Amino acid sequence: MEEGEVKFPMSALKEIGRVPPSDYSKHGLAKDRLILMIKKMMEIRLFEEKVEELYLMKGLITGPAHLYFGQEAVAVGVISALNSDDVIISHHRGHGHALARGIPMKQVMAELFGKATGTCKGLGGSMHVAISPERGSLFASAIVGSGIPIAAGVGLAFKYNKSDRVVAVFFGDGAVNTSSFHEGTNMAAIWKLPVILVCENNRYAIGMKVEKAIALGSIVERALGYNIAGIAVDGNDPVAVYLATKEAVERARKGEGPTLIECRTYRQKGHGIYDKAPYRPKEEVEEWLRRDPIANFRNALISSGAATEADLIEIKNQIRLELEDAVNFAQDSPILPFDELQKYVYA
Amino acid sequence: MVETIREITYGEAIREALHEEMMKDSSVFLIGEDIGAYGGAFKITDGFLKEFGPERVRDTPISEAAIIGAAIGSALMGLRPIAEIMYMDFIPICLEQLANQAAKIRFMSGGKLRVPMVVRTQYSLGRAHGAQHSQFFPSWSLQISGLKVVLPSTPYDAKGLLKTAMRDGNPVLFIECSLLYRTKGYVPEGDYTIPFGQADVKRKGDDVTIVAISRMVQESMAAASALEGEGLSVEVIDPRTIQPLDIDTIVGSVKRTGRLVIAEDDAKTGGVGAEIAATVVEKAFDYMDAPIMRVAAPDIPIPFSPSLEKEYMPSKDKIIQTIASLLGRRRGLA
Repeated sequence: MEEGEVKFPMSALKEIGRVPPSDYSKHGLAKDRLILMIKKMMEIRLFEEKVEELYLMKGLITGPAHLYFGQEAVAVGVISALNSDDVIISHHRGHGHALARGIPMKQVMAELFGKATGTCKGLGGSMHVAISPERGSLFASAIVGSGIPIAAGVGLAFKYNKSDRVVAVFFGDGAVNTSSFHEGTNMAAIWKLPVILVCENNRYAIGMKVEKAIALGSIVERALGYNIAGIAVDGNDPVAVYLATKEAVERARKGEGPTLIECRTYRQKGHGIYDKAPYRPKEEVEEWLRRDPIANFRNALISSGAATEADLIEIKNQIRLELEDAVNFAQDSPILPFDELQKYVYA
Repeated sequence: MVETIREITYGEAIREALHEEMMKDSSVFLIGEDIGAYGGAFKITDGFLKEFGPERVRDTPISEAAIIGAAIGSALMGLRPIAEIMYMDFIPICLEQLANQAAKIRFMSGGKLRVPMVVRTQYSLGRAHGAQHSQFFPSWSLQISGLKVVLPSTPYDAKGLLKTAMRDGNPVLFIECSLLYRTKGYVPEGDYTIPFGQADVKRKGDDVTIVAISRMVQESMAAASALEGEGLSVEVIDPRTIQPLDIDTIVGSVKRTGRLVIAEDDAKTGGVGAEIAATVVEKAFDYMDAPIMRVAAPDIPIPFSPSLEKEYMPSKDKIIQTIASLLGRRRGLA
């Protein structure tokens, strides 16, 4: 190596593609675990369909609602690899994180309705719906990228307390260009904090295509600049995401620092509920719809014998009932009295 | 045996508060630029690294947003971070974390979360540091509900208020004044706290009330002494915290004196004084004998040239002139 020549540790990067169903058991994923994963994914999908209906047709939900269509495998894959005392930090597109982390659908729906029974008593809304610290869903920032330095702080607290807990912070491809990404990732890297950096590369930051927003060929290569491990993963396969996260979690628990996981996925709909996303090529949308995470995972489960068509229909029916309950609960719930708001400003 | 009253500097008082609290509570840790190996840009934490170790005295890269973000994250997990932002001018770099995150997390979470953290910073007006290392803009924080804002003017207040800040359950912006670091005053040894939202009447008087912020407390006290020689009785009130603000003490005083001057180092337009003046008018209009006057900085960036900076700065003399112009008609002054 010549003096002054910079040699990047290319071995620090790896790629995990779609995992063949025949390998599920090899990875220790038993039937009940897999069923739980598909159930959560379906729950998110059906929930978002309902939100869309309540918003666009019935006008019962207003305000920004950034839907999670197409990204279900990310939230479910990541969260499946965490312990209950680990922590996630969500973002403005957080319905999926909330449900995957086990926040009851009723509370999530009530929050979208702005009701006192919501996760944040109706004071947070869609963009902060995944705040439920008792379930390990600590916080959700609606400012792009800002959860990353906060995650570094959570990791710092775990290290300070000599705990082996980890924090997974979700952010989009848009966030990697913020100063928060840089500062937070660098801090986590220099102090080897137990932080899992989960980039949900859904290919668009509102309307800005990811290729136009970064100079590198891929987001995962950013890991090299911080001398941390990076994994590019098929973000439409929950098992691939699970495996990547599991590896990152092990590294973090051992005190070996953060991992950047680039989950390559697709935002199947617009940025917000009102966005028809005409800026996307039709062929691109069609191509990604063919790679729908739920359809593919369903087929994988059926072909591997982990579930039958009938099992999945039964699950779907259960979710629909739960969803109806959640909507009724949200509609019937009270709104916080305005004169009580002051007491939520200071502890 | 004669007991001597212990006098230490404002800087030492801050150091003492930090030290005592770190000895008492293992969840307290410091995080910021050059606070450890370098000993702090103003040497407040000199020796702390050796005493408490690198986990509790965390030197950071130049990453203000991540300093505040890391403080928030660790506070959410139950630690008590004391973050240092070296100059108040650097607050805008991390204002996103401070204003959108730290201050609002409790509210947005419906009261589920709390963010017990302190952000120490200082302003260096009067030290020829130019437009980017001298600024003072405490009024910005008044628009940020969820933040508490502390501006100590004496060593005694600095120690007691900092201890209160470190035990509070909310994000507290603790703004020190660099020109005050070497001023001396009485500071008790050991533990005491000063409640937030409780103004201190630094000097009693009947003819005019001065509400003075931070460094201007000293200037106002000097002005009051000088005016005493002219037969004027001046009351000097230090709010000590502007969020919460003890408006009752100020209004009570103005109802007696009928005159109010606000002395502050921030720019006059939209400054803390503007807010205080408006509130006093709302609450004590019928008691006012004269217009409320502000002695504040002009609406220009801070000039470097030391003599220009001196002209820029509010001062004892400017306070005296202002009060003289207010009372001159009656007293035959000015």
